[in-house]
Amino acid sequence: MDALDLARWQFGITTVYHFLFVPITIGLSILVAGLQTAWVRTGRTEYLRATKFWGKLFLINFAMGVVTGIVQEFQFGMNWSDYSRFVGDIFGAPLAIEGLLAFFLESTFLGLWIFGWDRLSKKVHLACIWLAAIGTWLSAYFILAANSWMQHPVGFEVNPVSGRAELHSIAAVLTNSTTLVTFPHTITAAMVTAGAFMLAISAWHVRRRNQPEVFRPSLRLGAWVVLVAGLGVVVTGDLQARIMTEQQPMKMAAAEALYNTSQPASFSIFTVGSLDGSQEIASIRIPHLLSFMATGDPNGQVEGINDLQREYERTYGPGDYTPSIPVTYWSFRLMIGFGVLAMLVAALALWLTRGDRTPTSRVLWFAALWTFAMPLLANSFGWIFTEMGRQPWTVFGVFKTAQSVSPSVGAASVATSLGVLSLLYGVLAVVEVGLLLRYARAGAPEPPPEESDSDADRPLAFAY
Amino acid sequence: MTMELTTIWFALIAILWAGYFLLEGFDFGVGILLPVLGRDDRERRLLINTIGPVWDGNEVWLLVAGGATFAAFPEWYATLFSGFYLPLLIILVALILRGVAFEYRGKIDDGRWRRRWDLCIIGGSLVPAVLWGVAFGNIVRGVPLNAEHEYVGGFLDLLNPYALLGGLTTLTLFTLHGAVFLALKTDGEVRHRAGRLAATLGVPAIVVAGGFLLWTALAHHDVGGWVLSGLAALALAGAVVAARLRREGWAFLATGTTVVLATFALFVTLFPNVMPSTIDPAFSLTVDNASSTPYTLRVMTWVALAFTPIVLGYQGWTYWVFRKRLTVEHIPPAVVVPARETA
Ligand code: HDD
Ligand code: HEM
Ligand code: HEM
Repeated sequence: MDALDLARWQFGITTVYHFLFVPITIGLSILVAGLQTAWVRTGRTEYLRATKFWGKLFLINFAMGVVTGIVQEFQFGMNWSDYSRFVGDIFGAPLAIEGLLAFFLESTFLGLWIFGWDRLSKKVHLACIWLAAIGTWLSAYFILAANSWMQHPVGFEVNPVSGRAELHSIAAVLTNSTTLVTFPHTITAAMVTAGAFMLAISAWHVRRRNQPEVFRPSLRLGAWVVLVAGLGVVVTGDLQARIMTEQQPMKMAAAEALYNTSQPASFSIFTVGSLDGSQEIASIRIPHLLSFMATGDPNGQVEGINDLQREYERTYGPGDYTPSIPVTYWSFRLMIGFGVLAMLVAALALWLTRGDRTPTSRVLWFAALWTFAMPLLANSFGWIFTEMGRQPWTVFGVFKTAQSVSPSVGAASVATSLGVLSLLYGVLAVVEVGLLLRYARAGAPEPPPEESDSDADRPLAFAY
Repeated sequence: MTMELTTIWFALIAILWAGYFLLEGFDFGVGILLPVLGRDDRERRLLINTIGPVWDGNEVWLLVAGGATFAAFPEWYATLFSGFYLPLLIILVALILRGVAFEYRGKIDDGRWRRRWDLCIIGGSLVPAVLWGVAFGNIVRGVPLNAEHEYVGGFLDLLNPYALLGGLTTLTLFTLHGAVFLALKTDGEVRHRAGRLAATLGVPAIVVAGGFLLWTALAHHDVGGWVLSGLAALALAGAVVAARLRREGWAFLATGTTVVLATFALFVTLFPNVMPSTIDPAFSLTVDNASSTPYTLRVMTWVALAFTPIVLGYQGWTYWVFRKRLTVEHIPPAVVVPARETA
């Protein structure tokens, strides 16, 4: 493997890993803030206990999101220096703005929230978690604006003298149509992830009838979030598919392994055989669905890979403009599949726990427990699809992945960093999952005694 | 106009690094001093909790310095981060372990668990404290850059005597800064020990940092560099005196001033280069050939003007909220999570 392949593996691994923690942070910060708001407004201790329980799990997860994020910030320069030279004028701005607007907000107010239970008034303390949550959303917006620019570059021109991309309109970059659909899709997917996390852990307790006053409402809250946000994911995903067909038709063709332009086009749910268009052993197809997904018209025309490849050769010169078909085909289906599966489990959980029913089926509890993994998988496959489907480009139609890599960093260096980071991430995954399990099983804290007012020398309410 | 904007951004990046070293400098110091000043677990937790609410916010200064360099000087960002690949990898590993350690150390009440995370905090603070100095030493000294502005040296080229002295400088300064911070933020036995240690550390800090700044000034004959280095040395001397007199607030102000002025001295010496080439001065990266277009710089200037005051406001407020001195009495008993249930 050469430095380019190694760098791609490293980027893929570290980013997918980072994005296991990110959606939980984005979603759970809102849910915890909501629970705490309910406590401040009603004064009911169940809400406070739920806030503390989910807040603790949130923080265990957050720590991993933060430290893996630092790697992301450095990686562009370390592994993709020619990319950084080429796009710095445009791409650096959202990253810097993200740091200034979002990361400061998140980290500062989360610090205040963690340590401020006994230092701030109830309302100010509540405001802190909301500000931190807003920080996570801002952070998502700016980083997605940067990523969307790579999918659909706007507001720039390539300077023929320096050969670099130059920014002409920051407004165009921040209101890129791609960003406007990617952001709600990713945010709703994050809510699904956090909802499933809540549902799964609550299910474990509800089955054992532990602390039902905390975990029954949590289970139902999590399930509702999965369902409602899941609908949002489907609607925004549909918008995304349409925009993607317009902007990156090759990605849609690859997602479907559609070799020849078709009108109307059917959607294959599942194929056995090879995906190179030559032989299809078995395939389940829904007529007109692909046309509808791609164009909004059940009889719309969808371009095929062969035609697009010819067209791109005419536009961009000779080369292979087709991404890996098996990867795009399967990742697209797995994303949708795992997401829909999570929604089904959530609907079932809501139905079976209505009133004060507690079902006994072991299969069901098993499914409920594993719901947490489904959106995580859907997210990962979604990103793998988005990023791999863009290949061979880093900036679609403008700059290729092969041009992006750092010329001064040899294969040995990248192999070292890939090895070190993978090992470190592996070890940390074990530690973090162990801690999450331990704290999840411990259950919610007992109702705290009423604080006898401020005694300056009493121990801190929270300390590391 | 272009000229001015690039200068402004060079100054802003100097400020971001100075801010990073000023703030994370003391929390590196606290991490390094963990085994020295924390004699038992409760004392170690006391030390960690003095920076508990603020360390993550402090680290964001680094992220913003990196992001701002990417936005304002993409060539500098690209050359620096790819050229210093392995040292940066080491820094990343250190920062990862350290960040996780703060959050996870107290989560299980077990001696072995805590000792391991303590090692991560100590190493994770010590290693970047040295390597940032080595990195800046090399930037100021110049590195082998070819005509394409690519770094063509090896890892060992970065370990020259001047840069190593730079590493020793940041290490001693941050340790001193941390000791002074602890004397200011704690009370009782730990405060007393931290104050005594700060007074002792003053002398090696003056020798090492003074030597490094003098070497820098002699090698470059930059007037601004001489002036700022001189002021930094004065501030450091003031810090040592204040530490000996146990004027903790003054001592912290003085070590903070030293860190900021020393950083500025390096940046002023560097200007208008951002990464001088040792192969041919014509290959050097400068504020002009490394910068973004004026449009991007203008956009970023407005963003910085609008939001920096807000950030400074709420970060300052955090320090105000947590201004009280901590003692071991404030540290609650370790959390006991019920052991794993086997159901
Ligand atoms: C819980 C997670 C989840 C679920 C259930 C879905 N997605 Fe998704 N999808 C993502 C999580 C995700 C993601 C991780 O958030 C991605 C990766 C990049 C992005 O913008 O969002 C994504 C990307 C993504 C893209 C690629 C956009 C591009 O490359 O420009 C399309 C077309 C869709 N999705 C469409 C759908 C459709 C039609 C869905 C259901 C019917 C769907 N997604 C469910
Ligand atoms: C967090 C969600 C993301 C995930 C899971 C993700 C995933 C991936 C994967 C799997 C690859 C490897 C593709 C390949 O090797 O063919 C990749 C490549 C890349 N992605 Fe993303 N990505 C994410 C977000 C981003 C964002 C936000 C950006 C930019 C801001 C970005 C920029 C890149 C770059 C520069 C590459 C390297 C070039 C390449 O191999 O394509 N990615 N990403
Ligand atoms: C490859 C591109 C990415 C880069 C350079 C990046 C950078 C970072 C950095 C440096 C941090 C740590 C901040 C801190 O110390 O507080 C972080 C955390 C975070 N990132 Fe990423 N990130 C990337 C992908 C993404 C994406 C695609 C999203 C959202 C859609 C996202 C959302 C977040 C959030 C919400 C956090 C804070 C919470 C947490 O740590 O989980 N990031 N990121």
